[in-house]
Amino acid sequence: MEAKSPKSRNAISHYIRMAFIRLGVLPFLLVAAIIIFTALSDNFLTGRNLLNVVRQSTYLALVAVGQMFALLTGGFDLSVGTILAITSVVGALAMATAYSFMPDALFLAIAIGIIAGVLAGTMIGVVNGIGVAVFDVSPFMMTLGMASVGFGIALYLTGGIPVYGMPIEFGDIFGFGTFLGLPVPVLVAFLLILGMYIVVDRTRLGRHFYAVGGNIKAAHLSGINTNRTLFLAYVLSGFMAAISGILLTARLDSGEANIGASMPLESIAACVIAGVSLRGGIGKVENVVLGALFIGIVQNGMNLARIESYLQIVVIGLLLIFAVIVDRFRIKLVASCQD
Amino acid sequence: MTVLDCKKLREVSFEMGPSLLELKGISKSFSGALVLDEVDFSVDSGEVHVLFGENGAGKSTLISIIAGALSPDKGVFNFKNNQIDIYSVHHARSLGISAVFQEFSLVPQMTVEENLFLGSEISRFGLLNKQEAHNQAKDILDRLGFDLKPNQRIDFLSRAEQQMVEIAKAFRDDVSVLILDEPTASLTEKETEQLFDLINLVKQDGVGIIYITHRISEIRRIGDRITVLRDGKKVGTAAADVPEKELVRMMTGKVFDQIFPKIDFKPGRNVLEINNLATQNGAVQDLSLSVNKGEIVGIAGLVGSGKSDIGRACFGLLDIASGQIRFDGMDISGNSPSQMLDLGLYYIPSDRRDEGLIMSRPSRESVSMSALSSPDFSKGLFIRLEQEKKKVNDLAGKMNLQPHNIEKAPSMFSGGNQQKIMLAKCLTRKVRLFVFDEPTVGVDVGTRIAIYEFIAELSMNGAAILVISSDLTEILHLPKRVYVMCRGHLSAELSGEALNQETVLEHCFGHEAA
Repeated sequence: MEAKSPKSRNAISHYIRMAFIRLGVLPFLLVAAIIIFTALSDNFLTGRNLLNVVRQSTYLALVAVGQMFALLTGGFDLSVGTILAITSVVGALAMATAYSFMPDALFLAIAIGIIAGVLAGTMIGVVNGIGVAVFDVSPFMMTLGMASVGFGIALYLTGGIPVYGMPIEFGDIFGFGTFLGLPVPVLVAFLLILGMYIVVDRTRLGRHFYAVGGNIKAAHLSGINTNRTLFLAYVLSGFMAAISGILLTARLDSGEANIGASMPLESIAACVIAGVSLRGGIGKVENVVLGALFIGIVQNGMNLARIESYLQIVVIGLLLIFAVIVDRFRIKLVASCQD
Repeated sequence: MTVLDCKKLREVSFEMGPSLLELKGISKSFSGALVLDEVDFSVDSGEVHVLFGENGAGKSTLISIIAGALSPDKGVFNFKNNQIDIYSVHHARSLGISAVFQEFSLVPQMTVEENLFLGSEISRFGLLNKQEAHNQAKDILDRLGFDLKPNQRIDFLSRAEQQMVEIAKAFRDDVSVLILDEPTASLTEKETEQLFDLINLVKQDGVGIIYITHRISEIRRIGDRITVLRDGKKVGTAAADVPEKELVRMMTGKVFDQIFPKIDFKPGRNVLEINNLATQNGAVQDLSLSVNKGEIVGIAGLVGSGKSDIGRACFGLLDIASGQIRFDGMDISGNSPSQMLDLGLYYIPSDRRDEGLIMSRPSRESVSMSALSSPDFSKGLFIRLEQEKKKVNDLAGKMNLQPHNIEKAPSMFSGGNQQKIMLAKCLTRKVRLFVFDEPTVGVDVGTRIAIYEFIAELSMNGAAILVISSDLTEILHLPKRVYVMCRGHLSAELSGEALNQETVLEHCFGHEAA
């Protein structure tokens, strides 16, 4: 009888250990965050607020899934913020111009704006991909350089002033609209992320991302076109950030050059918290979405708990470092379990 | 087993001065594999003690232990008649034990003098004393007779010059035991002579030298005693003038007849033909060879002889300067790996971790990686996951993967089983020519037998096979025909009676042994 209590406690700690090894730190963080914020604010655990969290996290989730492609191949994309900015500015300018010339062709103007914005944003990804894959520039320098280039262009195009003059319907549909009871941006993000999930999990391209990040030499020897794979990783990252940028533009009803400033850090944080390896080769789409959701929950919870917004930035940074430290610890734990 | 009886051994060691460094019963294992098994070793003051053995015999592990880079699991360490433990490389150096490893420990962006004093920089009042470091570096280089400028940057030096810096570094402090790991591998003849003069000089100062080499001529030239290691065990210690035949026998051990399968060779038409090949990196020059269907052909040679470069050039991994590689009569020089795979040529690299497997992903993905575009594994853009699992599972069963779990990452398998994953990988495609680079490096005897059977089966099913190997027993017993490489050139093609240890070794070393 005496021995039973420590035994069952051992069993529980064993299960927690195994869960930690298998799932990583994210489930624990999510549970902790939900408990803490429910205690701090009555409004946190309500259906309305949770839907709000999901809607707010949409933009980050899109960027983070794109970021994951770059991370999977062993690089990263620091230009995602700039891609949002370029998309927003170019999309808004194109849409407003088209609208002013042909006020009757409302949906044509919206389509022109969306296509122009997404193309402009994706182009940054294309340039990143060429730099990394063809010219062998380190992803750090390439995407950092492009972040500056893109941000400069966005500021130059707008003179630093927000772009207005888009049709009101654009914001009504893509920013605030609902379809089947779900916000349109959430729906768009859901479909796209589902598509990306299939790409990563079910297609050869997805497998190539993992292979190139896991061992680029072995991938090359196995006949995988590693340059093409690296290139596509940055193009997809750019595309996802561009979609996020256009949706955010609809939400704000204006094209702005500074909308993505926090995205590089937050998207990498979402991925790392979700267990994506910074050395490449490891990561899952569904976890990254949860990672983005977690950051959304933390921000929302801190707002409800009336924590000052400047302090929130501190918390996000600390969480990122905490996640990396815990991940190191997990790797050691995994190694020790093998003996 | 051992060639020399104990009495003779004792005589040898009594002739010398008192033992400077003495190791007794040193054992070391890495993740379960015993790499050193109760090895005794000693160095006397003023002698050159050569350590000899095949790759993987445990030489590197032994010197790493002496140099403090590894700690032994078991064993006693006596230094200058005191029993000691060595904690770190730094500790070993402070005792006067310095090692010059094959892999350089130089920072390429720093200058010669900065590298010489790396880790024990000369400073005054907390600031670096660059003038003093410069002077001392110059003194060391002058004393050793090296023609190097202290303020040259390492990355602008040739490999031989870098080797000199590495040696100079060992002489920074007072040295009583100096370990040299194949120091002449990258030196020219003139530089080698300089090094030998230097060794004679420091011998007279009473320094004990542990010298690793593959070159029999060097053993004669500067060695006093020689210890042969094989499979982690000490075979014996002898005076350096032991007959060469005896040396080879000690090094390679008994013949493992039972390990190698009997193969019915029915060579068919020509599959691979190389004409006057020279690679851009200069490692292979004027090489011609051919491999036929249903035939196993070996390439022997020392490390750095260019034998691995042949395999890499065939697979499009090395740029070709001149010459031709023909596959089924078709010129394939300069094709990319994916084109080679599509033609039916498969290269199995020697370094599983670095070039073969995705260590962090499920083994299944490593196995299917090179065949993802075949209809067996995918349909259109999509991977047929169920089919993939089934196929890979079958292959794992065929290769007898232990444990049979294809979702485990390769990093969790033993070396032998990792190699089985590599071999399963090459069964995913239709292949007519296999190029194996060191197929049994770092695997246990059981897996070795399985791999030889595997290769034999491939050959009997009609594939052409090229085996590149540093393992002498393997080269003697698996292939029917062997090309021997020496310093980038083909030095012999041997088969039948001529294919024996002495001849292969003789051609491996060139004619310097004679």
